[in-house]
Amino acid sequence: MSVSDAPPISLLEAFFRQFLRHGKALIASPADLMNPLLFFFMVVTLFPIGLGPDPGRLSQMAPGILWVVALLASLMVSGKLFASDFEDGSLEQLCLAPHPLAILALAEVVAHWLGTGLLLALMSPFFAVLVGLPMQALPVLVVSLLLGSLCLTLIGAVGSALTVSIRRGGLLLSLIIMPLHVPVLIFGSAAVVEATLGGNTLSWLALLGALVLLSLALAPLAIAAALRISLDNG
Amino acid sequence: MWSFIHKLGSPPWFFRFSGRVVRWLLPLTLALLVVGAVWGLLVAPADFRQGNSYRIIYIHVPSAVVALAGYYVMALAGAISLIWRIKMADIAMRAAAPVGAALTGIALMTGAIWGKPTWGTWWVWDARITSMLILLFLYLGVVALFEAYDNKVAAARACAVLSLVGTVNIPIIYKSVDWWYSLHQPASIKFTGESAIDASMLYPLLLMITAFYGLFTAAVLMNMRSDLIWHHREASWVRQWAGFK
Repeated sequence: MSVSDAPPISLLEAFFRQFLRHGKALIASPADLMNPLLFFFMVVTLFPIGLGPDPGRLSQMAPGILWVVALLASLMVSGKLFASDFEDGSLEQLCLAPHPLAILALAEVVAHWLGTGLLLALMSPFFAVLVGLPMQALPVLVVSLLLGSLCLTLIGAVGSALTVSIRRGGLLLSLIIMPLHVPVLIFGSAAVVEATLGGNTLSWLALLGALVLLSLALAPLAIAAALRISLDNG
Repeated sequence: MWSFIHKLGSPPWFFRFSGRVVRWLLPLTLALLVVGAVWGLLVAPADFRQGNSYRIIYIHVPSAVVALAGYYVMALAGAISLIWRIKMADIAMRAAAPVGAALTGIALMTGAIWGKPTWGTWWVWDARITSMLILLFLYLGVVALFEAYDNKVAAARACAVLSLVGTVNIPIIYKSVDWWYSLHQPASIKFTGESAIDASMLYPLLLMITAFYGLFTAAVLMNMRSDLIWHHREASWVRQWAGFK
């Protein structure tokens, strides 16, 4: 028996194990992958029905519509982020692990993002056609949604960690997270609007990138603190 | 000085101390409010462009200023309670949240009342108003989160985490809304014009701002006192204060 205090596996290996565990769980249930996309599809359809089919007006509103619906879809899936871990007790095991909870939680969030936000961003051109977004804005739409959805997932994870121990915490999650999502929405939709006008989108995308870096640095700390607090509650 | 801060952490000591403070702070605040209101609403001269309808800034601006400051007070109290595990800071944070939320609501409503005669509309999506609305949601989120938790000790820590996350975001939100507004602003209309404020209007405004800070402090202290009384209702110092033997 070794007398060393070093953990049995390295941090990197623990990160990848967590990542693969959640990645496999996501792939194993295709409904979890398809539901956000279906939600996106249906809600995007509601806008022309509500606003009227006039293509000129729709294409003018398209960047905002696409970004708001992406935000709503992100809110919808954030609620499920730590729920399964909380219910089956693996969250407590994670807290007891010798590795920083922030890193282990980050692995879960990244796996979640790959299955939800990334898919949404890649599929967005299809939905953009529905609302008449000008073709030249499509690449910027995808890039802005890639960066933005990562941000939204990280911020949503903070909210999810805070509300995971509350019954029916989904609505509360939306309430507490919505103000924090506003800058991402502003920069993301501004980038796409700028792209439709043929202007310089780099500054807006750079701001989005800055938000991503800030969230990557700080959100895991908040998530870890919130997970520990949630375990105390329930 | 450190012993003073240590003593503040003790519920009976804090209760007696805050009682002594509120005893003079509350009357002073009310007096300042009356003086400031009369000065601003009646005595100060009418504005050249807006006439008498500008007078609501004597309520609108102080409430907005203190609402924003109050969020930082709440977040600071939350940070202290998280880092040093001081219960009193917990209680201060919980006491500040509804007061700040109410002030934000007052700022928004008085802003709408100001907007109707001045711009012809109750609501306009300019940068400052939008930022204030988001601040209201941040406050309400903290209050709602506390109510949702069953274990109130964990609830306070969750609210502290949330207020800190909000604090990091407030400069980002403020700046991003600023840029959002300048991106979408119609070129012909400018809703918030900068104009130098005359001394005869500035002094009552400063007085009202001071009065509102006093009001915030008094309200938070009184909230904390009632919270302490409720939580320690079985303790001997509470029963003694209430007159039971």
